[in-house]
Amino acid sequence: MKKPGFLLSAVTGALLSMAGIAATGAAEPLKVGFVYVSPISDAGWTFQHETGRRQMAAALGDRVVTKFVEQVPEGGEAERVIRQFAADGYGLVFTTSFGYMNPTIKVAKRFPDTKFEHATGYKRDKNVGTYNVRFYEGRYLAGIVAGSMSKSNTAGYVAAFPIPEVLMGINAFTLGMQSVNPKATTKVIWTNSWYDPGREREAADVLVTQGADVLTHHTDSTAVVQRAEDRGIYAVGYHSDMSKYGPRAHLTAVTHHWGDFYTRLTQEVIEGKWTSRDVWGGIAAGMVSLAPINPAVPKEIVALVKDKEEAIRNGTFHPFQGPVRDQQGGMRIAGGTTISDEDLLKMEWYVEGVQGKLPR
Amino acid sequence: MIRLEPRPRASKAMRYLSPVIAAALTGVCGVIFSALAGLDPLDTFYAFFIAPIDDRYGLGELGVKAAPLMLIATGLAIGFRSNVWNIGAEGQLTLGAVSGGGLVLLFYDSGSAWLLPGAVVAGAIGGMLWAAIPAILRTRFNTNEILVSLMLNYVALLLLSYLVHGPWRDPEGFNFPESRLFPDSAMLPVILADTRLHLGFLFAVAAVAIGWVFVRRSFIGYQMRVAGLAGGAAEYAGFNRARMIWIGLLAGGAAAGVAGICEAAGPIGQLLPSISPGYGYAAIIVAFVGRLHPIGILLASLLMSLLYLGGEAAQMELGLPSAVTGIFQGVLLFLLLAVDLFVNYRVRFKTTVVEEALS
Repeated sequence: MKKPGFLLSAVTGALLSMAGIAATGAAEPLKVGFVYVSPISDAGWTFQHETGRRQMAAALGDRVVTKFVEQVPEGGEAERVIRQFAADGYGLVFTTSFGYMNPTIKVAKRFPDTKFEHATGYKRDKNVGTYNVRFYEGRYLAGIVAGSMSKSNTAGYVAAFPIPEVLMGINAFTLGMQSVNPKATTKVIWTNSWYDPGREREAADVLVTQGADVLTHHTDSTAVVQRAEDRGIYAVGYHSDMSKYGPRAHLTAVTHHWGDFYTRLTQEVIEGKWTSRDVWGGIAAGMVSLAPINPAVPKEIVALVKDKEEAIRNGTFHPFQGPVRDQQGGMRIAGGTTISDEDLLKMEWYVEGVQGKLPR
Repeated sequence: MIRLEPRPRASKAMRYLSPVIAAALTGVCGVIFSALAGLDPLDTFYAFFIAPIDDRYGLGELGVKAAPLMLIATGLAIGFRSNVWNIGAEGQLTLGAVSGGGLVLLFYDSGSAWLLPGAVVAGAIGGMLWAAIPAILRTRFNTNEILVSLMLNYVALLLLSYLVHGPWRDPEGFNFPESRLFPDSAMLPVILADTRLHLGFLFAVAAVAIGWVFVRRSFIGYQMRVAGLAGGAAEYAGFNRARMIWIGLLAGGAAAGVAGICEAAGPIGQLLPSISPGYGYAAIIVAFVGRLHPIGILLASLLMSLLYLGGEAAQMELGLPSAVTGIFQGVLLFLLLAVDLFVNYRVRFKTTVVEEALS
């Protein structure tokens, strides 16, 4: 009885492995397209997405073919590029800027067989999912570092547009600073542009004149970190580790990590397990973290940051944990409660300690 | 010693041919670039110039992108011919979108058949009002219209930004800076099925025809041409300079304003913080590549549009960076200027012996 059994298992084994070879050999690689809003350059929002694409392409090898188009303006232009990917038989298209939302939805209706993933939007469809990152978690941790290093108790924040995403960052950063430095305040300058190194540099100078001795930014260039280096103050980078642009000034950076997410999502599409949903991952999902902290920062602060990071990861701490008051002193988040995701996504107020008026 | 000597009379045929020669030379440069980059020149040529328009949708896109360029460049050329330098088309376009789009948002639920025509007219008026500012300042205070119109571009952008961040923000839009999507009754109809080619393209072609009639058949068009060629002569003939400045700026403003509302009510379908990917500036290039001539502008806008589409296709098909589009545009302009130089000047080789003896 042994022999036939052995034979049988050998035959089935061989058949199975042949089937396996056939399956992988015959499967066409999935074509995955990426639409970027700015040039890739070597730091910033698009650079991090490109890093994620490369990581995904390396992890999935010959099971995918990836292509990207950079510097695609939001609005009327994006629809053509997104549609072209779909028309060329791409199975999955990542559209990586908020302004691509309506074009993505429009194209998706005409190409039901292509899956679309849109970053930072709120409209979904059968074949359109959305994804975003809880950047505010990283902002809070960066705030702890900034608050402990500021002598003037004033941070300067160069920000692009007063949308909820950006306000969340400003508020979380300020709350983080205040957790170690109750007198800490934040001054904000709006540039009205995601990428304008000249204006970002000017804004940084104005903030320094107003007494800020640590700067951070929610814009796409490295100008703020470079300016902080020139002016002999500190800075917290954003999107990418920007330490090479200000080795002395760079305290840390709130960094974005898309690679694991892109790999997981693409794998789901390959295996036919993809469904449309909203992903909003943070520190726990490995989608946001801090760049290595500058050795100038005291050890106990680094330890504190590690503790808070762990607490956010395991869900025992939330950066927007009550009591939190707004600029006018009104109670926004009651003691003992945390803010709901819905309120976060609609945020249009400053926490106490942010100076200046929110533009409307 | 090589010397440039003005030709006593530049060939008229060559003046019109020079953009064609420049375009052909740009193609040659493209072949050389791609060979240097280790790409098959034929593949590159195909990806850049053929692939984007090898189907109906692609042709539609060519028109979608050419329409605002054609419209604005035609309007600007009327002023440029008489040395009225309106660099503010980007701002006038934005104001066109603001006025027309504002009307749409104001009568959002009316469903009226007059909403769309009203919006287009409002767009034209908005663009003209914005262009009237440099016109008043120029005619009253002799302020430089280049600077005023250029700086108003930034003001216009901030105004639009304020509106979509504030009063006109979509109430259901999670506080993102976008207006509501326009209702179907306020959207420009598509004129070629299964594409995005919209009525705005016909507006652009009509503008080209009107521009031609104005320049060639109207007395004021003639006066403006004379003023551009010989300002002193025009003044001596008693042509009204202020009137030309007004017409030049208002024509550009109206065309840019219509282009703006056609973008908002066409491919975009709402108001966003930025309506144009730089059409107002690119149209200046189109106007000059097209020799300020309506037919030339029609062709130049199609060529410019193709360069944009080709840049995208080259990224997708060949993995070339987006900067390639910029290189092509730069090379085209450079070569156009170079060809023009040789149309107007000729090269003389002088014997070096004389030079050395002199020095």
